[in-house]
Amino acid sequence: MSEVAITRAEWLQVCKRSDLVANSGVCALVGGRQIALFFLPDQEPQLYAIDNWDPIANAGVIGRGLVAEINGDLSVASPLYKQHYRLTDGQCLEEEDIQLDTFPIAFEGDDVLIQVG
Amino acid sequence: MVKQKIVVIGNGMVGHHFLEQLANRPERELFDVLVFCAEPRPAYDRVHLSEYFGGRTADDLAMGKVEQYREWGYDLRLNDAAVSIDRENKIVTSASGASAAYDHLVLATGSYPFVPPIPGHKHDKCFVYRTIEDLDNIQAAAKDGKVGVVVGGGLLGLEAANALKQLGLEAHVVEFAPGLMSVQLDEGGSKLLREKIQALGVTVHTSTATELIEEVDGRRLRMNFKGDKSLDTDLIVFSAGIRPEDSLAKSAGIELGERGGIVVDNHCRTSDKNIYAIGECALFNNFIFGLVAPGYTMARTAVSLLCGEAAEFNGADMSTKLKLLGVEVGSIGDAHGRAEGSAAITFVDEQTGVYKRMITDREGKKLRGAVLVGDTGDYDTLLQYHLNDMDLPEHPEQLILPALDGAAPALGADALPDTATICSCHNVSKGDIVGAVQGGCCSLGEVKDCTKASTGCGGCAALLKNVVDTELAALGVEVNNDLCPHFPYTRQEIFHMVQVEEIKTFDELLHRHGTGKGCEICKPTAASIFASLWNEHIHNKPHVGLQDTNDTFMANMQKNGTYSVVPRIAGGEITPDKLIVLGQVAKKYDLYTKITGGQRIDLFGARLEELPEIWRELTDAGFETGHAYGKSLRTVKSCVGSTWCRFGVQDSVGMALTVENRYKGLRSPHKIKMAVSGCTRECAEAQSKDIGVIATENGWNLYVCGNGGMRPRHADLFATDLDDVTLIKYIDRVLMFYVRTADKLQRTSVWMENLEGGLDYLREVVIEDKLGICDELERQMGNVVGTYQCEWKTAINDPEMLKRFRQFVNTDEKDEKIVFVEERKQRRPATEEEIVKIAEPA
Repeated sequence: MSEVAITRAEWLQVCKRSDLVANSGVCALVGGRQIALFFLPDQEPQLYAIDNWDPIANAGVIGRGLVAEINGDLSVASPLYKQHYRLTDGQCLEEEDIQLDTFPIAFEGDDVLIQVG
Repeated sequence: MVKQKIVVIGNGMVGHHFLEQLANRPERELFDVLVFCAEPRPAYDRVHLSEYFGGRTADDLAMGKVEQYREWGYDLRLNDAAVSIDRENKIVTSASGASAAYDHLVLATGSYPFVPPIPGHKHDKCFVYRTIEDLDNIQAAAKDGKVGVVVGGGLLGLEAANALKQLGLEAHVVEFAPGLMSVQLDEGGSKLLREKIQALGVTVHTSTATELIEEVDGRRLRMNFKGDKSLDTDLIVFSAGIRPEDSLAKSAGIELGERGGIVVDNHCRTSDKNIYAIGECALFNNFIFGLVAPGYTMARTAVSLLCGEAAEFNGADMSTKLKLLGVEVGSIGDAHGRAEGSAAITFVDEQTGVYKRMITDREGKKLRGAVLVGDTGDYDTLLQYHLNDMDLPEHPEQLILPALDGAAPALGADALPDTATICSCHNVSKGDIVGAVQGGCCSLGEVKDCTKASTGCGGCAALLKNVVDTELAALGVEVNNDLCPHFPYTRQEIFHMVQVEEIKTFDELLHRHGTGKGCEICKPTAASIFASLWNEHIHNKPHVGLQDTNDTFMANMQKNGTYSVVPRIAGGEITPDKLIVLGQVAKKYDLYTKITGGQRIDLFGARLEELPEIWRELTDAGFETGHAYGKSLRTVKSCVGSTWCRFGVQDSVGMALTVENRYKGLRSPHKIKMAVSGCTRECAEAQSKDIGVIATENGWNLYVCGNGGMRPRHADLFATDLDDVTLIKYIDRVLMFYVRTADKLQRTSVWMENLEGGLDYLREVVIEDKLGICDELERQMGNVVGTYQCEWKTAINDPEMLKRFRQFVNTDEKDEKIVFVEERKQRRPATEEEIVKIAEPA
């Protein structure tokens, strides 16, 4: 990604609505980067995109975590050592100085679009 | 900047405390520190030395670690005693010939055991009790011996007697004075202590003076006492008091006390202002403080002064509480009531062996001292009255009298002033503890970490807990058993709601009884309850988002994000053909293969997307899932039983198969393990399992609620000589009762221990049907058994369920961040360093 200077991130189509698993996560590879996609049909917003790499466990597993509400924040619990990452901004709730990247994500019809800048 | 040089001579507990205190100060940077230590290892816990024979190792007792000293930047010279001090040039020379210049010298040389000059005391079967090396020597000498004698009936002598007892020797204590622990105890306390110690099998000889030690029969020792008596023994340990180790100071011309000890002022300074002395080598006000707490206070005083702060040592309280050979003993202040105008209140219970005596002033207003033997429950309260000079209650005797109605007027934490010292080893006041709790410490452990309170001798543990609990309660922190913030109910309550209201989904449960959106506690708990009751596939749509990772992918996630796969091998019985299939699959997918403790085969390193293919091959060969990922029945271990074994009395493999096939897939509050042994030799280790079955001549003995793991527990014998049908019936009932009533993630052992009435109650429920629910429990279990499906078999035939097993939803590429290396001819995850190496070849 570093070779191409992207000044304005573009919306990319990553997958279809049917590729997602309701109330849970899946993983997509976008421009060489692993991104976890969470689809929570009863929440607003319904879609969340967050870095799949767990920096504490050093493994790409965030998309396989359980969605948990912690003190009002929707978060995903890393499957390996159970730290929580806030779905909206990637902030780790246990380690102040750890924050995962999050990405704009939206439905367009049956397509799932994401902005990776 | 030129740093000042500190040389510390001696690395015992007090010397270590000095160094530790200094290390934690910003002024540490101002000094270069060099330590001479005569012993081969850094400081260790001499207070608990006798535990060395009780199983604690030198490592367990260690206080200072070589690495720690290195980290602190100290130059530690082990095995190198300081031998001379040149005060004029300020240089210390050591046994190895090293010399070290100092600006400040700290003597922490401690003490040495006093050995009375009895003829024969230098015999090689005579020991002292001071260092780990001494203990090693005693242990070696005890090996072939039967009898051991301790000379000295003080605190240390009794500790030594305990040590001899632990070594399996017939222990004797020989004391010159008329009573034991004559420094700390009055006559009455001393007398009771003697009785108690004799009852424990230690023979006590008081008013006994040894005149000669001679060798008899070429190997034993004979102690000849004044007045014609004698005692034959295999070894002698001298523990007749301590003497300050002051020889180095003496040769350097530093002022000593008349009977030894390095004279210090209230700044712990010796007659040479550049030299401090701390701990048992120091003589303050003509007194040697032979306890660790005052030594620590001296160490802190010296550190403060070196750092430019004002500090004084003005003596210390010598109160002490300890357990000697299991007998509780406490001594506070003026235990003998020697001060003028003292009055005493004494309580003696000869039946239970308790002696308590309070020394007050004549008006009974202030506590001057106390002696407690047999029960030190009142020690903390009495000590606080004494240390804080608090007014005693109107009827002070109530402080030591047993409370008839259970309401002892114990001194509540509330009543203590903030200045009250709770932990005297580390000088922690009540105010410090309150501050720690208010600063965010929420548990006893956190307060200990934060303040170090109760990490010394541990004598203040009960009082500390009291203060912490009181303060937590004052802040409104309370313990509750709510499942999680989303459900104000226990797991058992939720189980009943789900059952009675026939709730089938998490949304419904949350809507009816919870708040918010759920979390990783309530979601898997609900999923487990649904599975126990309704047994739908865990991947049915409403349940998908509820499962913990391992349940979701029906495999066990390993540290690099790959999975391990464990097919069921019921009872550990497997055909060669199936073994070959496992080998083929492992080979094809390059899986690390290991035999588990539960008689199964674990295949590691499967990528997410490989799981369905692997399981297709395994199910085609007749394998089923082993539920290694679930809170459910794992394995039923078995021995080979009567089929092959010449000792077996029943077909244990057959029973293991029956049991495993019956309960496989049962979701429960925690994992469940079982075993069946074919005879009383117990090769299947059934007594370490939740459900253990052991064959008898007449049927089966059933054991319940054992477990291995972090907190092992032997299973309890529940019923004997059961026939096959009754055995299964009882297991059905026990398990389902557990599934219904246990707390989240509670194993059967803890569950049973928490049942009011414990094992007897469980028998009443399961065998006598006290609650009238046995039919229902059996029916419920029948339902689970009848609706069993192999989760993997169902999943691989359902494209919708397999969706989540794609590594990426938008491409077939692999996760390139997963890197393996080879070790012992198999794959394993690469370490971080190895990954870096692989990614950036030199």
